[in-house]
Amino acid sequence: MRGATRYKWAAGAAAVVLAATATACGGGGGGGGSSSSASGVLSASWTDPQNPLEPANTNEVQGGKVLSMIFRGLKKYNPKTGAAENVIADSIESSDSQNFTIKLKSGWTFSNGEKVTADSFIDAWNYAALTTNKQINSSFFSYIDGYDKVHPETGSPALKDLSGLKRTGDLSFTVKLNQKFSTWPDTLGYSAFMPLPQAFYSDHAAWVKKPIGNGPYMVDSYTKGTGIKLRKWTGYKGDDAAANGGVDLKVYTDNNTAYTDLLAGNLDLVDDVPASQLKNVKSDLGDRYLNTPAGIIQTLSFPLYDKNWSGSGSEKVRQGISMAINRPQITQTIFQNTRTPATDWTTPVLGTSGGYKAGICGDVCTYNAAQAKKLIEEGGGIPGGTLKVSYNADTGSHKDWVDALCNSVNNALGNDNACVGNPVGTFADFRNKITNKQMTGPFRAGWQMDYPLIQDFLQPLYYTGASSNDSHFSNADFDKLVDQANAESDTTKAVGLFQDAEKILAEQVPAIPLWYQNGSAGWSDKLSNVALDPFSVPVYNEIKVSS
Amino acid sequence: MGRYVIRRVLQMIPVFIGTTLLIFFMVYALGDPVAAKCGDRACDPATAAQIRHDLYLDHPLWQQYLHYMAQIFQGDFGTAYNGQQVTELMGSAFPVTLRLTIVAILFEIVIGITLGVITGMRRGRPVDTGALVLTLIVISIPTFVTGYVLQYLLGVKWGVIEPSVSAEAPFNELIVPGLVLALVSLAYVTRLTRTSIAENTRADYVRTAIAKGLPRSRVITRHLLRNSLIPVVTFIGTDIGALMGGAIVTERIFNIRGVGFQLYQGILRLDSATVVGFVTILVIVFLAANLLVDLLYAVLDPRIRYA
Repeated sequence: MRGATRYKWAAGAAAVVLAATATACGGGGGGGGSSSSASGVLSASWTDPQNPLEPANTNEVQGGKVLSMIFRGLKKYNPKTGAAENVIADSIESSDSQNFTIKLKSGWTFSNGEKVTADSFIDAWNYAALTTNKQINSSFFSYIDGYDKVHPETGSPALKDLSGLKRTGDLSFTVKLNQKFSTWPDTLGYSAFMPLPQAFYSDHAAWVKKPIGNGPYMVDSYTKGTGIKLRKWTGYKGDDAAANGGVDLKVYTDNNTAYTDLLAGNLDLVDDVPASQLKNVKSDLGDRYLNTPAGIIQTLSFPLYDKNWSGSGSEKVRQGISMAINRPQITQTIFQNTRTPATDWTTPVLGTSGGYKAGICGDVCTYNAAQAKKLIEEGGGIPGGTLKVSYNADTGSHKDWVDALCNSVNNALGNDNACVGNPVGTFADFRNKITNKQMTGPFRAGWQMDYPLIQDFLQPLYYTGASSNDSHFSNADFDKLVDQANAESDTTKAVGLFQDAEKILAEQVPAIPLWYQNGSAGWSDKLSNVALDPFSVPVYNEIKVSS
Repeated sequence: MGRYVIRRVLQMIPVFIGTTLLIFFMVYALGDPVAAKCGDRACDPATAAQIRHDLYLDHPLWQQYLHYMAQIFQGDFGTAYNGQQVTELMGSAFPVTLRLTIVAILFEIVIGITLGVITGMRRGRPVDTGALVLTLIVISIPTFVTGYVLQYLLGVKWGVIEPSVSAEAPFNELIVPGLVLALVSLAYVTRLTRTSIAENTRADYVRTAIAKGLPRSRVITRHLLRNSLIPVVTFIGTDIGALMGGAIVTERIFNIRGVGFQLYQGILRLDSATVVGFVTILVIVFLAANLLVDLLYAVLDPRIRYA
């Protein structure tokens, strides 16, 4: 029995140590989750952004939410109309669509007391463009003169400052672009262009832990992986001050859990109702649910670098495939009408003056089984016999609609093997295959606008060599029309030229437009005046909280 | 016993090195992680090259591995792609999952063994058949079904618990998630105990104990149970490791930011620092649990001795 006693002690001691680690390392027993501790504070769902919360390093919605609350830049996009309005900018003028003079309003400060000056912008933009700072939004500054010295394609940067930016006074500076771009000022509402305080450079690590901005909210506390607490900044001088006391963004591992928490009263606002709950969301929430168009379009892109898809006559095959997709049926059955069948390559959010024109796609986007079959045969048939539609299987519930799309094509062509889905394991893998030109068939390509301009839906995607031209489409007429449109200072004429370029897309079909996506939000009965802006982000500063 | 323990600890070292190497290679083979950082659009090549350089990704694989191991021995598990230190992530994730696992194991032990003893002693009777059917049902229903159903019923409809677990995850909030996690293993423990007890009831030492006049309860707890527990303890030991790493479904349902969730994020983003760091610790936990189980054999069965 002596041996057994020794072992018992060993086992017992180990168990005690284990239990002690478990209890000690955790926090003290916190109370149950109460959503709004202070008066007028609402809780909303969130996920951890992939990159640190620097304005030029955030290009996804979750980080963008926070930036839109704690920062204001030269311009802002009106939450209802999407039009770019001056905020800090007093005037942005140009006589030749290439050199711009920017004058700032006085009196703007950051929440730590620093003044917002021309340097706040110039230093921030230089920081964003410099390669060694690894900001993923650097390419937004590629239109500014001197970008190639600060951000060369290979090798280290020769200069640290963009030569196109010149300070002319405390509250004014000039910008020289390296090409004519008449609508450039309207892009300045995007989060990459926000000003930064000197505290960002003097103590960068502390800034990233608790960002300091100049918007209606300031960061009270930020725990990565758990959430961020934002409180109304009483020193904010803009005319869109917060109508509530603050916002607590809580990290959720799964959107379904956030939705369940909303139903149980633990959470005030969910801004992306999961697809599986769409059927019962009306009965669960009644009129505390909205579904409004957002600047997002889903397309199916083709790998035009593959010789099977780039021969003459191949555009007939692409047109035929587009005609074989029954968009209204899919958006109604799979998406409960939270998507709208697309008839052009932009988005209804732009409005007719902004460049949206229903029907540019014309017959190519209308379901027509007989014509589809004819066109595909004329074009030489589907390369390889079977269409393999690639998508990433880890997020976004893409399997459902890809399967539905393939069923639609199979039914139209009367061939059960005409189309099949090709899932790729992770999003990273999917993007790798696309960037390395390894696609052999069409692949899903979603595009969310950075700013509400028709230019953003055409140039980055279909211009030769553009940053997001995954299909590697290259058409000299298209490029010429886009360049002309950018140089045109009259907005209506420019929009007309962009739409002419779009008509080329309808003939060549480098990507099939599928549907426009809506944003959705559900909220508890404590909130009122909830709305979504064109980027499908809730307009937090206008939400009212009743206690 | 001391020499035995030291031998086992020394055996852990090659296992540790082998596993880290394997996981490192597997995450690397999944592809280039930089592409995922830029979302739905392509990264511009200069920034991507800079990120790769800073993450040591532009060196050949074996150099990356050596660099990583050198950092580990200095206590630096590297930086995850969202900028946080991996040790920071571990420090917040492991205690939560540990608490969840402890709750689950307690459920397994208490309910599983008790039920197993009762059914083992009363084989063929209605209690036994009832328990067998129940365990069969529990094994057949997937964890996410029980998880969502219990979350909806208890959290939303009847309001008994909060549907999601708060960030600090104290023990009282982890009771229902722990139960959900433990259900399948509980069923297995019940069946194992039942078979083991039924087999050992006919053993010689039990007959001797009864013949000596010991009270029934003492025969069961002090003599019968101790020997019957050996297969069960083996199962629970391996279950500890499995529960800690594999609670991903339960963690997502109840919003518990534990090891499973961090691993899942790491795999999605092809973040080798996170994945290798977490898996390494899990491997050590597995090995330690196995060592503990082996030591427990000697406690349970006096016939077992270690050199």
